[in-house]
Amino acid sequence: MPTPKPDRSPPGRTAFINARLIDPESRLDARGALLTDGKIIADFGPALFNNGVPEGVETVDCGGQILCPGLIDMHVHLREPGHEHKETIATGSYSAAVGGVTTLACMPNTKPVIDDVALVEFVQRRARETSLVKVYPFAAITRGLAGKEMTEMGMLAEAGALAFTDDGMPVADSLVMRRALSYARAFDMMVSQHAEDLSLTGCGCMAEGEIATRLGLPGIPDVSEAIVVERDIRLVELTGGRYHVAHISTALAIDAVRQGKKRGLNVSCEAAPHHFVLNDAAVGDYRTFAKMAPPLRSEANRLAVIEGLKDGTIDAIATDHAPHDQESKRVPMERAANGVVGLETMLPISLELYHAGLLGLIDLLGLMTLRPADLLKLPQGRLRKGAPADLVLFDPERAWTVDAKQFRSKSKNSPFDGRTVTGRALLTMVDGRIVHRLDG
Amino acid sequence: MPPAALFAHQHLLGIEQLSAAEIEHMLDLAEGYVALNRHAHKKSDVLKGRSLILLFFETSTRTRTSFELAGKRLGADTINISVQMSAIKKGETLIDTAMTLNAMHPDVLAVRHPEAGAVNLLARHVNCAVINAGDGSHEHPTQALLDALTIRRRRGPIAGLTVAICGDILHSRVARSNMLLLKKLGARVRLIAPPTLLPTAVETFGVEVFHDMRKGLAGVDIIMMLRLQQERMAGTFVPSQREYFHFYGLDEEKLALAKPDALIMHPGPMNRGVEIDSVVADDITRSVILDQVELGVAVRQACLEVLARNLPALDHNR
Repeated sequence: MPTPKPDRSPPGRTAFINARLIDPESRLDARGALLTDGKIIADFGPALFNNGVPEGVETVDCGGQILCPGLIDMHVHLREPGHEHKETIATGSYSAAVGGVTTLACMPNTKPVIDDVALVEFVQRRARETSLVKVYPFAAITRGLAGKEMTEMGMLAEAGALAFTDDGMPVADSLVMRRALSYARAFDMMVSQHAEDLSLTGCGCMAEGEIATRLGLPGIPDVSEAIVVERDIRLVELTGGRYHVAHISTALAIDAVRQGKKRGLNVSCEAAPHHFVLNDAAVGDYRTFAKMAPPLRSEANRLAVIEGLKDGTIDAIATDHAPHDQESKRVPMERAANGVVGLETMLPISLELYHAGLLGLIDLLGLMTLRPADLLKLPQGRLRKGAPADLVLFDPERAWTVDAKQFRSKSKNSPFDGRTVTGRALLTMVDGRIVHRLDG
Repeated sequence: MPPAALFAHQHLLGIEQLSAAEIEHMLDLAEGYVALNRHAHKKSDVLKGRSLILLFFETSTRTRTSFELAGKRLGADTINISVQMSAIKKGETLIDTAMTLNAMHPDVLAVRHPEAGAVNLLARHVNCAVINAGDGSHEHPTQALLDALTIRRRRGPIAGLTVAICGDILHSRVARSNMLLLKKLGARVRLIAPPTLLPTAVETFGVEVFHDMRKGLAGVDIIMMLRLQQERMAGTFVPSQREYFHFYGLDEEKLALAKPDALIMHPGPMNRGVEIDSVVADDITRSVILDQVELGVAVRQACLEVLARNLPALDHNR
């Protein structure tokens, strides 16, 4: 499938009629209609278009399906620049559009690392030229992700970096982390940590436990994550900084965030769909497509992630979309690259929590729209007059089988290949322009 | 009131121990020396027969020269000891150095040391008067006094003025002494710095803290810039020199947010293009950086005079 070029002509007006409108901000869930005008939401509500749609407005009949703010994925690896054989901003954004994701934050562990204003501007320019969805770069906390010298956080923030992270690498040095949290405060910027004690992880390639032992693989203990989160929360207390835990995966670390929030600290965290629907049993017969960092954990940890999503400790669902070519994965487990793609399965996999009766639809969608938008101080992620016309229309009941070969992402490394899922994006709109329609 | 009652200390170790009245008295005294220093004949005999030793464990141009001139103009015998040429290089401890010098019966010792508290320690082991000429990140009382005199001569009473101290507060003894002095004399003090260059609990000094220089400079009467040392710019305390200048360097654009007649001060030595733009530093209508240097001599003369009053009297009849 050739990746479509983005349409940059001025958007017109589009009327969505016969929709089920859901807005996590106002907690609206009602039949109605919505009108976009240019790049913004002009109006919406149950009574809109009661007297018919005006002339000259493109009309989309939603057929009673859900129309809600487009999904926001705050943790995506687009691999450009440097690893364009795995993914590009163009292909990653196409994958997002197909999955109903209208905004994504891309991680700075590219080659070169996004640790300089020029690199932020490069990503922004490539996104303007090639992306179907909104792309916001995170910038590195330290130069070259080396964990030693702070990046020019103030100028990176002015250039449009949305937050800071050394994702893929933790900031191990406590003094460097203290200074980063402290310095970023001057610009009210969030510091996101890949929480992992690398000396405890050692050469571990899956969660430590019974399955790792049976497979004869070196394991990663839960405390490898929890120790870093607990230390960082102490540093947040000391500095007053804004701290976020990327892809949280253990009961211990989630509890540390929960306690931190109770103490009134500015801490937040996100969880990936694979960590709340899969456990370490998915590694099965050395499946490298089930290898990622942090690893799939025990069933108790999986349930703790769900509990964290339910009680509000976890602020966002983010995929940690990490494309890898076949060669990086068709190797023995210990040598396989970490990571799975996730943009095209984010919605249906997350909807499994709704179908299982674990989370209501409004709360679940809030974790993928409003709440990450608020964390990142973005105006989208809500149905509001004047808000960006970033929308997804989806059928929560449509059953389909994931076929990785059909992914628009350049990479096919999904642990969900072949899984029958329920719920699918039918149409995706970004800035008032339709960027994806499922059926033509 | 007998003159000795106007300054009731054996040493001048910091601003912290001084009362507002003592500070004002020293500034009044310094005014007289400012006038005298502008005459061809600058000498007096206030310290005639006294000996002043300058003991500098750190390099210095303006402070050491200023103390030496102050001592000489008051008629004292002035001796300069620099660490490079002394027994300290041979491993002598600070207390041994102090006791050795004390055995020679000097009257005043002016000491600079890279470690906080070193001058206080030394003062406990000598009989003479000790002046702190700067100890680590602790205090630099004569700098704060000369800054106060500079402000007073340009703007009248310090009470009610708003003073912004900007830059590396964390490592600055000048900032600590100035905060203390300005608060004692009734000024409003703002600190402007990135969070990484502010010490913990600094609000307990009764100052307002700003991380955004534009907000911090709004409506201030006085801007005191501090020097940022090179080794602090390489990604440890701040990411880079370029970023520091962008957000915390005083340039014309940021200066425009202060009062139109706001004064610019800097204790020196300046890093042009790091904490201060050359155009601003050289603006003769706003920058009082060279006034500070001039008044430094007068202030140190006043300090020596008040300390000399409390020394055992010289018997002129012998």
